[in-house]
Amino acid sequence: MKTVTADPKGVDSGPHFMDGDHALAEGALAAGCRFFAGYPITPSTETAERFAERAPEVGALFIQMEDELASIAALIGAAWAGQKCMTVTCGPGFSLMVENLGLAAMTETPMVIANVQRGGPSTGLPTLTAQQDMMQAKWGPHGDNAIIALSPDSPQECFDLTVEAFNLSEYYRVPVIILTDETVGHMHEKVVIPPADQIKVVPRNNYSGPKEDCRPYKFDSQGGHPMVRAGDGYNFHITGLTHNEKGYPVMTVEQSKKVVTHLMEKINGNADDIIRLDEDQVDGADVVVVSYGITSRIAVKAIQDARKEGIKVGSLRLITIWPFCEKRIREISAKVKAIVVPEINYGQMVLEVERSAAGRCKVISVNHCGGAVHDPQVILDAIRKAIQ
Amino acid sequence: MSTQEIRFSGFGGQGIIRCALITGKALALYDDKFATMTQSFGPEARGSACAAQLVVSDERVLYPYITQPGILLALSQEAYDKYYSELPKGGTLIVEQELVKLRGEHPDLRLMRVPATRYAEELGNRLFTNLVALGFFTAVTNVVTADAMKKALPGLVPERFLKINIKAFDKGYEHGLQMMSQNGEAAS
Repeated sequence: MKTVTADPKGVDSGPHFMDGDHALAEGALAAGCRFFAGYPITPSTETAERFAERAPEVGALFIQMEDELASIAALIGAAWAGQKCMTVTCGPGFSLMVENLGLAAMTETPMVIANVQRGGPSTGLPTLTAQQDMMQAKWGPHGDNAIIALSPDSPQECFDLTVEAFNLSEYYRVPVIILTDETVGHMHEKVVIPPADQIKVVPRNNYSGPKEDCRPYKFDSQGGHPMVRAGDGYNFHITGLTHNEKGYPVMTVEQSKKVVTHLMEKINGNADDIIRLDEDQVDGADVVVVSYGITSRIAVKAIQDARKEGIKVGSLRLITIWPFCEKRIREISAKVKAIVVPEINYGQMVLEVERSAAGRCKVISVNHCGGAVHDPQVILDAIRKAIQ
Repeated sequence: MSTQEIRFSGFGGQGIIRCALITGKALALYDDKFATMTQSFGPEARGSACAAQLVVSDERVLYPYITQPGILLALSQEAYDKYYSELPKGGTLIVEQELVKLRGEHPDLRLMRVPATRYAEELGNRLFTNLVALGFFTAVTNVVTADAMKKALPGLVPERFLKINIKAFDKGYEHGLQMMSQNGEAAS
């Protein structure tokens, strides 16, 4: 991945006492995002507010759209006009974005979407936390496609992972979704924004060669391909239909194989490069707790208590949600008695853990119907049960 | 590891959230502590009772919410009524002297009263009530240094009111020190 240092104009360097939502906006600006279109919805609104407030001084454009469908549509347009772009929302808004999320995946349009999750289904619990949209992020759009999703556990990581989300999005030309939650979004903690020259960003890669060689697409299961900027004088055709490397519709079995394989494999085939995990005492553990986002912090509290009781328990925190770390779970499942999966939903990522463990160890779901974080005691009880 | 859980409460408009933001920023940025601040976000936060929570620790805060506050700052009757029973024996209860009518002597608690609104009015505007209360809070608890609190103010209060806010803070702080010496307690 070719990187440059961040444009200092967008970087508010120094220590801050900031909530996760604001840190998402700061991460976007530091990464070079200069276009934001969104529709305010609790608990993500503060990100839009921060971006709108900072936009004039940074030279970015903020548009409050009429709804979430229009918001993501504007992002697709802005991306092909050469901008790095972002929107934020939560469950109800994300549902409305799903159709054009599929279009963005098909047209290989880079963008970052933060979903500050609140309790659902439907309008559910507007002001209360949840992690119920984990599967929707991957399976929302119809048709085979692959996206990347990241999950921060703190305001600091909201900043760090937004920069990383933009970098992955630019390189793989894919929508990257930040799956955070109301708790992380609304809580204030120390956030240190590094100086611009210490922030590495992947710049927009626009084609600039001869007209006859211009290709907005290349179906080779890899990232790093240039985009074509609308208005630069090249023939320009972008469509949701199955297309050839010039972007024109070719609706055949052969072309579908090329396009779909590329869309899937540029992510899944590079999973080892994309996936980031945070592990603690996994080797030699009898039980491993797999968690993410705010729940991983609650889990650490339970893990510390379990260790005091002499239980050998490790922690695996998913920083990357999608693509899922199936290889690592497979390895772990062959060595431990059980994997415990707490999450603020009725049991979503636990299905991926079960699939990857494939019966080699017990998998225990510690679900929660949303509105609050787990009581650490409940996770501790599950760890105790796991070693029996 | 020592962990402190603090609840700031009052009614909407008193600057309760701002109190928690200033204290959290002071601790996290200038007192070398870990601080996690959360606030009430539901409809209950708008208009009537309003609360913000701060968890302070020498190590990273894992559980972001308070489980049992050791310190309660209550600037309104409703806030006091709603939250005082959460305090454990020996907990510190700080109330607005003229806005809160106590429901008993609270012999089990360390009770501190501050006429924050009156002092703020003497400084020209009751909008400074929260800073008087924060100065008092800083003096009577062993949580945060006055120096860090003052450093935290720029950016969290309007620049043109920075001086008067510091004055309000000092007023509350001095009153707190006086109360401490009256009670025979040593200042932190």
